[in-house]
Amino acid sequence: MATVRISRHLRRFFPAYPSPGELVDVETVAEAIKEIDRRHPGLGFYIVDEHGTLRHHVNVFVGQDLVYDKQLSDSVTTSSTIDVIPALSGGFQ
Amino acid sequence: MSSDRILLSTRKGLIVLNRSNGWAIERHEFAGVGISCAVVDPRTGVWWVGQKHGHFGPQLLHSHDEGATWHDHVSVSYPAATTKADGEPAALTEVFTIQPGLDSQPKRLWMGTLPGGLFRSDDGGETWDFVQSYWDQPHRPEWFGAGTDDPALHSICVDPRDSRVVRVGSSVAGVFETRDDGETWTTITNGMDAEYMPDPSVNVPQDPHLVRQSPTNPDVLWSQHHCGIYRSGDAGTTWQCVSEPEGDNRVAHFGFAVAVADDDPDTAWVVPANQDDNRSSVNQAMCVARTNDGGRTWQALRNGLPQTGSFDIVYRHCLAYDRNSLAFGSTTGNAYVSDDRGDSWACLGTGFPPIYAVNFA
Repeated sequence: MATVRISRHLRRFFPAYPSPGELVDVETVAEAIKEIDRRHPGLGFYIVDEHGTLRHHVNVFVGQDLVYDKQLSDSVTTSSTIDVIPALSGGFQ
Repeated sequence: MSSDRILLSTRKGLIVLNRSNGWAIERHEFAGVGISCAVVDPRTGVWWVGQKHGHFGPQLLHSHDEGATWHDHVSVSYPAATTKADGEPAALTEVFTIQPGLDSQPKRLWMGTLPGGLFRSDDGGETWDFVQSYWDQPHRPEWFGAGTDDPALHSICVDPRDSRVVRVGSSVAGVFETRDDGETWTTITNGMDAEYMPDPSVNVPQDPHLVRQSPTNPDVLWSQHHCGIYRSGDAGTTWQCVSEPEGDNRVAHFGFAVAVADDDPDTAWVVPANQDDNRSSVNQAMCVARTNDGGRTWQALRNGLPQTGSFDIVYRHCLAYDRNSLAFGSTTGNAYVSDDRGDSWACLGTGFPPIYAVNFA
Protein backbone atom coordinates (compact mmCIF):
# COMPACT_ATOMS: atom_id res chain seq x y z
CA MET A 1 0.00 0.00 0.00
CA ALA A 2 1.29 3.45 -0.89
CA THR A 3 0.82 6.18 1.67
CA VAL A 4 -0.72 9.52 0.68
CA ARG A 5 0.03 12.35 3.06
CA ILE A 6 -1.47 15.82 2.83
CA SER A 7 -0.15 18.94 4.45
CA ARG A 8 -1.86 20.84 7.24
CA HIS A 9 -3.11 23.34 4.68
CA LEU A 10 -5.40 20.68 3.24
CA ARG A 11 -6.18 19.04 6.56
CA ARG A 12 -7.83 22.32 7.50
CA PHE A 13 -10.57 21.52 5.00
CA PHE A 14 -10.57 17.76 5.57
CA PRO A 15 -10.03 17.32 9.30
CA ALA A 16 -11.03 13.65 9.17
CA TYR A 17 -8.08 12.79 6.97
CA PRO A 18 -6.02 10.21 8.90
CA SER A 19 -2.46 10.59 10.11
CA PRO A 20 0.07 10.00 8.84
CA GLY A 21 -1.93 9.35 5.66
CA GLU A 22 -4.29 7.20 3.65
CA LEU A 23 -3.05 3.81 2.52
CA VAL A 24 -3.99 3.19 -1.11
CA ASP A 25 -3.56 0.25 -3.46
CA VAL A 26 -2.80 2.02 -6.74
CA GLU A 27 -0.26 2.08 -9.54
CA THR A 28 -0.03 5.80 -10.34
CA VAL A 29 -0.22 9.12 -8.55
CA ALA A 30 -3.39 9.98 -10.50
CA GLU A 31 -5.06 6.85 -9.18
CA ALA A 32 -3.95 7.77 -5.67
CA ILE A 33 -5.61 11.17 -5.92
CA LYS A 34 -8.81 9.57 -7.23
CA GLU A 35 -8.80 7.13 -4.35
CA ILE A 36 -8.37 9.73 -1.62
CA ASP A 37 -11.10 11.79 -3.33
CA ARG A 38 -13.38 8.76 -3.17
CA ARG A 39 -12.72 8.46 0.55
CA HIS A 40 -12.90 12.22 1.16
CA PRO A 41 -15.32 13.64 -1.42
CA GLY A 42 -14.15 16.94 -2.82
CA LEU A 43 -10.52 16.57 -1.76
CA GLY A 44 -9.37 15.78 -5.27
CA PHE A 45 -10.65 19.11 -6.62
CA TYR A 46 -8.30 20.92 -4.27
CA ILE A 47 -5.38 19.09 -5.88
CA VAL A 48 -6.38 18.68 -9.53
CA ASP A 49 -8.91 20.43 -11.75
CA GLU A 50 -11.97 18.79 -13.30
CA HIS A 51 -9.78 17.30 -16.03
CA GLY A 52 -7.35 15.70 -13.62
CA THR A 53 -4.61 18.26 -14.23
CA LEU A 54 -2.50 19.12 -11.20
CA ARG A 55 -3.21 22.62 -9.96
CA HIS A 56 -0.55 25.15 -10.77
CA HIS A 57 0.38 25.89 -7.18
CA VAL A 58 0.23 22.38 -5.74
CA ASN A 59 3.33 20.19 -5.56
CA VAL A 60 3.22 16.42 -5.39
CA PHE A 61 6.23 14.37 -4.37
CA VAL A 62 6.79 10.63 -4.63
CA GLY A 63 9.39 10.04 -2.00
CA GLN A 64 11.83 12.91 -2.47
CA ASP A 65 11.04 13.34 -6.16
CA LEU A 66 8.85 16.17 -7.39
CA VAL A 67 6.21 15.05 -9.88
CA TYR A 68 6.50 17.06 -13.10
CA ASP A 69 3.78 15.40 -15.18
CA LYS A 70 0.67 17.49 -14.53
CA GLN A 71 -1.51 14.49 -15.39
CA LEU A 72 0.17 12.58 -12.55
CA SER A 73 1.06 9.47 -14.55
CA ASP A 74 4.08 8.72 -12.35
CA SER A 75 4.18 5.17 -11.06
CA VAL A 76 4.07 4.34 -7.40
CA THR A 77 4.89 1.17 -5.51
CA THR A 78 3.62 -0.35 -2.31
CA SER A 79 6.45 1.33 -0.45
CA SER A 80 5.89 4.78 -1.94
CA THR A 81 5.03 7.82 0.11
CA ILE A 82 3.13 10.49 -1.81
CA ASP A 83 3.13 13.98 -0.34
CA VAL A 84 0.74 16.73 -1.42
CA ILE A 85 2.15 20.12 -0.45
CA PRO A 86 1.10 23.62 -1.52
CA ALA A 87 3.75 25.38 -3.56
CA LEU A 88 5.27 28.48 -2.03
CA SER A 89 4.48 30.24 -5.30
CA GLY A 90 0.76 30.20 -4.61
CA GLY A 91 0.57 32.16 -1.39
CA PHE A 92 -1.46 35.34 -1.19
CA GLN A 93 0.27 38.52 -0.13
CA MET B 1 -32.84 51.37 5.24
CA SER B 2 -30.92 48.38 4.00
CA SER B 3 -30.36 44.90 5.31
CA ASP B 4 -28.57 44.48 8.61
CA ARG B 5 -25.44 42.84 7.27
CA ILE B 6 -22.78 43.67 4.75
CA LEU B 7 -20.67 40.88 3.30
CA LEU B 8 -17.14 41.81 2.26
CA SER B 9 -15.55 39.25 -0.02
CA THR B 10 -11.85 39.81 0.43
CA ARG B 11 -8.51 38.33 -0.40
CA LYS B 12 -8.32 36.96 3.13
CA GLY B 13 -11.76 35.65 3.78
CA LEU B 14 -15.41 36.62 4.08
CA ILE B 15 -15.96 39.47 6.53
CA VAL B 16 -19.47 39.92 7.88
CA LEU B 17 -20.36 43.37 9.21
CA ASN B 18 -23.44 43.93 11.33
CA ARG B 19 -25.43 47.15 11.53
CA SER B 20 -26.69 46.40 15.03
CA ASN B 21 -23.20 46.83 16.47
CA GLY B 22 -22.22 49.84 14.45
CA TRP B 23 -21.11 47.85 11.44
CA ALA B 24 -18.38 46.17 13.47
CA ILE B 25 -17.08 42.80 12.35
CA GLU B 26 -19.56 40.11 13.34
CA ARG B 27 -17.61 37.22 11.85
CA HIS B 28 -14.58 36.43 9.75
CA GLU B 29 -15.14 33.25 7.75
CA PHE B 30 -12.55 31.29 5.76
CA ALA B 31 -9.62 33.27 7.17
CA GLY B 32 -6.85 33.56 4.65
CA VAL B 33 -8.87 32.19 1.76
CA GLY B 34 -9.68 34.47 -1.16
CA ILE B 35 -13.40 35.03 -1.66
CA SER B 36 -14.38 35.83 -5.23
CA CYS B 37 -18.08 36.39 -4.61
CA ALA B 38 -20.77 36.12 -1.95
CA VAL B 39 -24.44 36.22 -2.87
CA VAL B 40 -27.61 35.82 -0.85
CA ASP B 41 -30.55 34.17 -2.61
CA PRO B 42 -33.54 36.33 -1.63
CA ARG B 43 -35.94 33.45 -2.34
CA THR B 44 -34.37 31.01 0.08
CA GLY B 45 -31.97 32.97 2.25
CA VAL B 46 -29.16 30.69 1.15
CA TRP B 47 -25.71 32.28 1.15
CA TRP B 48 -23.47 31.31 -1.77
CA VAL B 49 -19.72 31.86 -1.64
CA GLY B 50 -17.10 31.38 -4.29
CA GLN B 51 -13.63 30.76 -2.97
CA LYS B 52 -10.43 31.39 -4.84
CA HIS B 53 -7.64 29.64 -3.02
CA GLY B 54 -4.07 30.64 -3.62
CA HIS B 55 -3.14 27.01 -4.03
CA PHE B 56 -6.23 24.87 -4.23
CA GLY B 57 -8.24 26.47 -7.00
CA PRO B 58 -11.87 27.57 -6.90
CA GLN B 59 -14.50 26.16 -4.57
CA LEU B 60 -18.23 26.78 -4.24
CA LEU B 61 -19.95 26.69 -0.86
CA HIS B 62 -23.39 27.47 0.45
CA SER B 63 -24.99 27.99 3.81
CA HIS B 64 -28.60 27.56 4.87
CA ASP B 65 -28.14 29.24 8.25
CA GLU B 66 -26.60 32.62 7.36
CA GLY B 67 -23.07 31.35 7.48
CA ALA B 68 -23.19 29.41 10.75
CA THR B 69 -22.41 26.19 8.88
CA TRP B 70 -21.25 25.63 5.33
CA HIS B 71 -21.73 22.93 2.73
CA ASP B 72 -18.92 22.57 0.27
CA HIS B 73 -17.65 20.33 -2.49
CA VAL B 74 -20.27 21.44 -4.99
CA SER B 75 -19.02 20.32 -8.38
CA VAL B 76 -18.75 22.87 -11.17
CA SER B 77 -16.96 21.44 -14.19
CA TYR B 78 -16.24 22.49 -17.71
CA PRO B 79 -16.94 19.56 -20.06
CA ALA B 80 -13.90 17.48 -20.88
CA ALA B 81 -13.70 18.49 -24.55
CA THR B 82 -14.04 22.21 -23.88
CA THR B 83 -11.07 24.24 -25.02
CA LYS B 84 -10.17 27.90 -24.83
CA ALA B 85 -9.33 30.03 -27.83
CA ASP B 86 -5.67 29.06 -27.54
CA GLY B 87 -6.55 25.38 -27.65
CA GLU B 88 -5.81 24.76 -24.00
CA PRO B 89 -8.41 22.82 -22.00
CA ALA B 90 -10.95 25.05 -20.28
CA ALA B 91 -11.13 24.39 -16.54
CA LEU B 92 -12.87 26.35 -13.82
CA THR B 93 -10.57 28.96 -12.31
CA GLU B 94 -13.05 31.26 -10.57
CA VAL B 95 -16.68 31.45 -9.54
CA PHE B 96 -17.22 35.10 -10.40
CA THR B 97 -20.93 35.74 -9.91
CA ILE B 98 -24.11 33.91 -8.97
CA GLN B 99 -27.57 35.14 -9.91
CA PRO B 100 -30.69 33.55 -8.43
CA GLY B 101 -33.57 33.02 -10.83
CA LEU B 102 -37.04 34.48 -10.58
CA ASP B 103 -39.61 33.44 -8.02
CA SER B 104 -41.32 31.50 -10.79
CA GLN B 105 -38.23 29.27 -11.01
CA PRO B 106 -37.44 28.62 -7.36
CA LYS B 107 -34.67 26.12 -8.09
CA ARG B 108 -32.96 28.10 -10.87
CA LEU B 109 -29.59 29.75 -10.38
CA TRP B 110 -27.14 31.14 -12.90
CA MET B 111 -23.39 31.35 -12.47
CA GLY B 112 -20.70 33.29 -14.32
CA THR B 113 -17.17 31.98 -14.21
CA LEU B 114 -13.64 32.28 -15.46
CA PRO B 115 -12.71 31.37 -18.09
CA GLY B 116 -15.74 33.08 -19.62
CA GLY B 117 -18.31 30.39 -18.87
CA LEU B 118 -22.00 30.38 -18.01
CA PHE B 119 -23.52 27.68 -15.82
CA ARG B 120 -27.10 26.97 -14.81
CA SER B 121 -28.68 24.98 -12.02
CA ASP B 122 -32.28 23.80 -11.81
CA ASP B 123 -32.01 21.96 -8.53
CA GLY B 124 -31.16 24.78 -6.18
CA GLY B 125 -27.45 24.63 -6.86
CA GLU B 126 -26.81 20.97 -6.10
CA THR B 127 -25.66 20.39 -9.68
CA TRP B 128 -24.59 22.84 -12.36
CA ASP B 129 -24.83 22.49 -16.13
CA PHE B 130 -22.45 24.20 -18.52
CA VAL B 131 -24.39 26.34 -21.00
CA GLN B 132 -22.76 25.03 -24.14
CA SER B 133 -24.75 27.27 -26.46
CA TYR B 134 -23.26 30.35 -24.80
CA TRP B 135 -19.73 29.01 -25.08
CA ASP B 136 -20.27 28.01 -28.71
CA GLN B 137 -21.06 31.49 -29.95
CA PRO B 138 -19.08 31.93 -33.17
CA HIS B 139 -17.18 34.97 -31.96
CA ARG B 140 -15.79 33.32 -28.81
CA PRO B 141 -12.26 33.05 -30.27
CA GLU B 142 -12.25 36.85 -30.27
CA TRP B 143 -12.83 37.11 -26.50
CA PHE B 144 -9.86 37.77 -24.23
CA GLY B 145 -8.97 38.54 -20.64
CA ALA B 146 -8.77 41.91 -18.92
CA GLY B 147 -6.97 42.05 -15.63
CA THR B 148 -7.13 38.29 -15.73
CA ASP B 149 -5.76 35.91 -18.33
CA ASP B 150 -9.20 34.78 -19.43
CA PRO B 151 -12.59 36.39 -20.06
CA ALA B 152 -14.72 36.88 -16.96
CA LEU B 153 -18.52 36.53 -17.03
CA HIS B 154 -19.54 39.05 -14.40
CA SER B 155 -23.15 40.11 -15.01
CA ILE B 156 -26.34 38.08 -15.31
CA CYS B 157 -29.64 39.96 -15.63
CA VAL B 158 -32.80 37.87 -15.67
CA ASP B 159 -35.71 39.84 -17.10
CA PRO B 160 -38.35 39.92 -14.35
CA ARG B 161 -41.09 39.85 -17.01
CA ASP B 162 -39.91 36.62 -18.62
CA SER B 163 -37.45 34.18 -17.07
CA ARG B 164 -36.43 32.96 -20.53
CA VAL B 165 -34.92 36.37 -21.28
CA VAL B 166 -31.46 36.72 -19.80
CA ARG B 167 -28.76 39.25 -20.58
CA VAL B 168 -25.18 38.63 -19.57
CA GLY B 169 -22.05 40.73 -19.60
CA SER B 170 -18.50 39.48 -19.89
CA SER B 171 -15.07 41.13 -20.00
CA VAL B 172 -13.72 41.12 -22.59
CA ALA B 173 -16.48 39.69 -24.74
CA GLY B 174 -19.60 41.86 -24.66
CA VAL B 175 -23.25 41.81 -23.71
CA PHE B 176 -25.35 38.90 -24.94
CA GLU B 177 -29.04 38.13 -24.78
CA THR B 178 -31.04 34.94 -24.88
CA ARG B 179 -34.80 35.01 -25.29
CA ASP B 180 -35.26 31.25 -25.17
CA ASP B 181 -33.70 30.32 -21.82
CA GLY B 182 -30.23 29.88 -23.19
CA GLU B 183 -30.88 28.01 -26.42
CA THR B 184 -29.66 30.82 -28.65
CA TRP B 185 -27.76 34.04 -28.08
CA THR B 186 -27.61 37.47 -29.70
CA THR B 187 -24.94 40.13 -29.27
CA ILE B 188 -26.37 43.39 -27.91
CA THR B 189 -23.51 45.88 -27.88
CA ASN B 190 -24.61 48.31 -30.59
CA GLY B 191 -23.36 51.75 -29.63
CA MET B 192 -20.54 50.68 -27.37
CA ASP B 193 -16.98 51.65 -28.21
CA ALA B 194 -13.82 49.59 -27.99
CA GLU B 195 -10.94 52.03 -28.00
CA TYR B 196 -8.53 49.18 -27.28
CA MET B 197 -9.28 47.62 -30.68
CA PRO B 198 -8.01 48.68 -34.09
CA ASP B 199 -11.65 49.19 -35.04
CA PRO B 200 -13.41 50.70 -31.99
CA SER B 201 -16.82 50.09 -33.53
CA VAL B 202 -16.67 46.30 -33.34
CA ASN B 203 -19.57 44.59 -31.61
CA VAL B 204 -17.27 41.90 -30.17
CA PRO B 205 -15.12 42.02 -28.13
CA GLN B 206 -16.52 44.76 -25.95
CA ASP B 207 -15.51 45.36 -22.35
CA PRO B 208 -18.56 46.09 -20.23
CA HIS B 209 -17.06 46.04 -16.74
CA LEU B 210 -20.53 45.49 -15.29
CA VAL B 211 -24.12 45.45 -16.53
CA ARG B 212 -27.05 46.21 -14.26
CA GLN B 213 -30.76 46.09 -15.01
CA SER B 214 -33.33 48.49 -13.60
CA PRO B 215 -35.74 46.58 -11.36
CA THR B 216 -38.55 48.99 -12.17
CA ASN B 217 -37.99 49.16 -15.93
CA PRO B 218 -35.99 46.17 -17.15
CA ASP B 219 -35.63 47.77 -20.57
CA VAL B 220 -33.19 50.17 -18.93
CA LEU B 221 -29.71 48.72 -18.64
CA TRP B 222 -26.63 50.42 -17.26
CA SER B 223 -23.05 49.48 -17.94
CA GLN B 224 -19.84 50.83 -16.51
CA HIS B 225 -17.73 50.03 -19.54
CA HIS B 226 -14.00 50.24 -20.05
CA CYS B 227 -14.58 53.16 -22.40
CA GLY B 228 -17.24 55.03 -20.45
CA ILE B 229 -20.64 54.79 -18.82
CA TYR B 230 -23.38 53.43 -21.06
CA ARG B 231 -27.15 53.35 -20.74
CA SER B 232 -29.69 51.52 -22.84
CA GLY B 233 -33.38 52.31 -22.83
CA ASP B 234 -34.35 49.49 -25.16
CA ALA B 235 -33.09 46.39 -23.36
CA GLY B 236 -29.65 46.56 -24.91
CA THR B 237 -30.66 46.95 -28.53
CA THR B 238 -28.80 50.25 -28.55
CA TRP B 239 -26.46 51.88 -26.04
CA GLN B 240 -25.63 55.53 -25.49
CA CYS B 241 -22.51 56.79 -23.75
CA VAL B 242 -23.56 58.98 -20.81
CA SER B 243 -20.14 59.78 -19.37
CA GLU B 244 -19.52 63.35 -18.37
CA PRO B 245 -18.13 65.38 -21.28
CA GLU B 246 -14.40 65.11 -21.77
CA GLY B 247 -12.43 67.85 -20.06
CA ASP B 248 -10.44 68.74 -16.99
CA ASN B 249 -13.48 68.56 -14.72
CA ARG B 250 -14.75 65.22 -15.89
CA VAL B 251 -15.24 62.73 -13.05
CA ALA B 252 -17.86 60.19 -14.14
CA HIS B 253 -16.34 58.18 -16.97
CA PHE B 254 -13.97 55.34 -16.13
CA GLY B 255 -14.57 52.80 -13.41
CA PHE B 256 -15.81 49.29 -12.81
CA ALA B 257 -18.97 49.32 -10.71
CA VAL B 258 -22.46 50.65 -11.30
CA ALA B 259 -25.61 50.44 -9.20
CA VAL B 260 -29.20 51.23 -10.20
CA ALA B 261 -31.96 52.46 -7.91
CA ASP B 262 -34.84 50.14 -7.17
CA ASP B 263 -37.39 52.93 -7.56
CA ASP B 264 -36.15 54.89 -10.57
CA PRO B 265 -34.48 53.59 -13.72
CA ASP B 266 -32.78 56.94 -14.29
CA THR B 267 -30.98 57.00 -10.94
CA ALA B 268 -27.63 55.24 -10.91
CA TRP B 269 -24.29 55.41 -9.15
CA VAL B 270 -20.74 54.77 -10.29
CA VAL B 271 -17.40 54.97 -8.51
CA PRO B 272 -15.17 57.01 -10.78
CA ALA B 273 -11.50 56.31 -11.24
CA ASN B 274 -8.78 57.69 -13.40
CA GLN B 275 -8.61 56.13 -16.81
CA ASP B 276 -7.19 52.70 -17.39
CA ASP B 277 -3.52 53.65 -17.26
CA ASN B 278 -3.88 55.02 -13.71
CA ARG B 279 -6.41 53.02 -11.79
CA SER B 280 -6.96 55.05 -8.66
CA SER B 281 -9.30 57.75 -7.40
CA VAL B 282 -9.64 60.80 -9.63
CA ASN B 283 -7.25 63.46 -8.30
CA GLN B 284 -6.60 61.19 -5.29
CA ALA B 285 -10.02 62.19 -3.99
CA MET B 286 -12.63 59.49 -3.49
CA CYS B 287 -16.16 60.05 -4.69
CA VAL B 288 -19.25 58.29 -5.84
CA ALA B 289 -21.06 59.87 -8.77
CA ARG B 290 -24.84 59.82 -9.01
CA THR B 291 -27.21 60.68 -11.80
CA ASN B 292 -30.93 61.24 -11.31
CA ASP B 293 -31.66 61.95 -14.96
CA GLY B 294 -30.48 58.95 -16.90
CA GLY B 295 -26.91 60.13 -17.19
CA ARG B 296 -27.49 63.60 -18.59
CA THR B 297 -25.87 65.07 -15.48
CA TRP B 298 -23.76 63.63 -12.70
CA GLN B 299 -23.19 64.77 -9.15
CA ALA B 300 -19.96 63.92 -7.32
CA LEU B 301 -20.82 62.74 -3.79
CA ARG B 302 -17.89 63.29 -1.44
CA ASN B 303 -19.34 63.90 2.03
CA GLY B 304 -17.55 61.54 4.40
CA LEU B 305 -15.11 60.20 1.81
CA PRO B 306 -11.35 60.95 1.90
CA GLN B 307 -10.43 63.82 -0.36
CA THR B 308 -6.67 63.47 -0.22
CA GLY B 309 -4.30 60.59 -0.66
CA SER B 310 -6.81 58.12 -2.05
CA PHE B 311 -5.37 55.51 -4.36
CA ASP B 312 -8.44 53.30 -4.18
CA ILE B 313 -9.95 51.32 -6.99
CA VAL B 314 -13.39 49.80 -6.55
CA TYR B 315 -13.90 46.58 -8.45
CA ARG B 316 -17.05 45.81 -10.40
CA HIS B 317 -18.83 43.78 -7.72
CA CYS B 318 -17.87 46.15 -4.92
CA LEU B 319 -20.72 48.68 -5.02
CA ALA B 320 -23.93 47.41 -3.47
CA TYR B 321 -27.35 49.05 -3.32
CA ASP B 322 -30.29 48.12 -1.16
CA ARG B 323 -33.28 50.29 -0.34
CA ASN B 324 -31.65 53.74 -0.31
CA SER B 325 -28.42 52.39 1.15
CA LEU B 326 -25.15 51.94 -0.68
CA ALA B 327 -21.90 50.33 0.35
CA PHE B 328 -18.61 49.97 -1.43
CA GLY B 329 -15.10 48.71 -0.78
CA SER B 330 -11.77 49.06 -2.51
CA THR B 331 -8.69 47.02 -3.24
CA THR B 332 -6.91 49.25 -0.71
CA GLY B 333 -9.14 47.77 1.98
CA ASN B 334 -11.30 50.82 2.60
CA ALA B 335 -15.08 50.48 2.83
CA TYR B 336 -17.95 52.95 3.26
CA VAL B 337 -21.70 52.91 3.68
CA SER B 338 -24.43 55.46 3.01
CA ASP B 339 -28.05 55.35 4.16
CA ASP B 340 -29.13 58.42 2.19
CA ARG B 341 -28.48 57.37 -1.40
CA GLY B 342 -24.92 58.59 -1.30
CA ASP B 343 -25.40 62.08 0.08
CA SER B 344 -23.22 61.20 3.07
CA TRP B 345 -20.93 58.33 3.88
CA ALA B 346 -19.67 56.57 7.00
CA CYS B 347 -16.44 54.63 7.10
CA LEU B 348 -16.78 50.89 7.69
CA GLY B 349 -13.05 50.37 8.04
CA THR B 350 -9.75 51.21 6.43
CA GLY B 351 -7.66 48.15 7.08
CA PHE B 352 -9.57 45.40 5.36
CA PRO B 353 -7.82 43.08 2.93
CA PRO B 354 -8.29 43.89 -0.76
CA ILE B 355 -12.04 43.75 -1.37
CA TYR B 356 -13.40 41.76 -4.30
CA ALA B 357 -17.15 42.06 -3.69
CA VAL B 358 -19.62 43.87 -1.43
CA ASN B 359 -23.17 42.69 -0.79
CA PHE B 360 -25.96 43.49 1.59
CA ALA B 361 -27.35 40.44 3.34
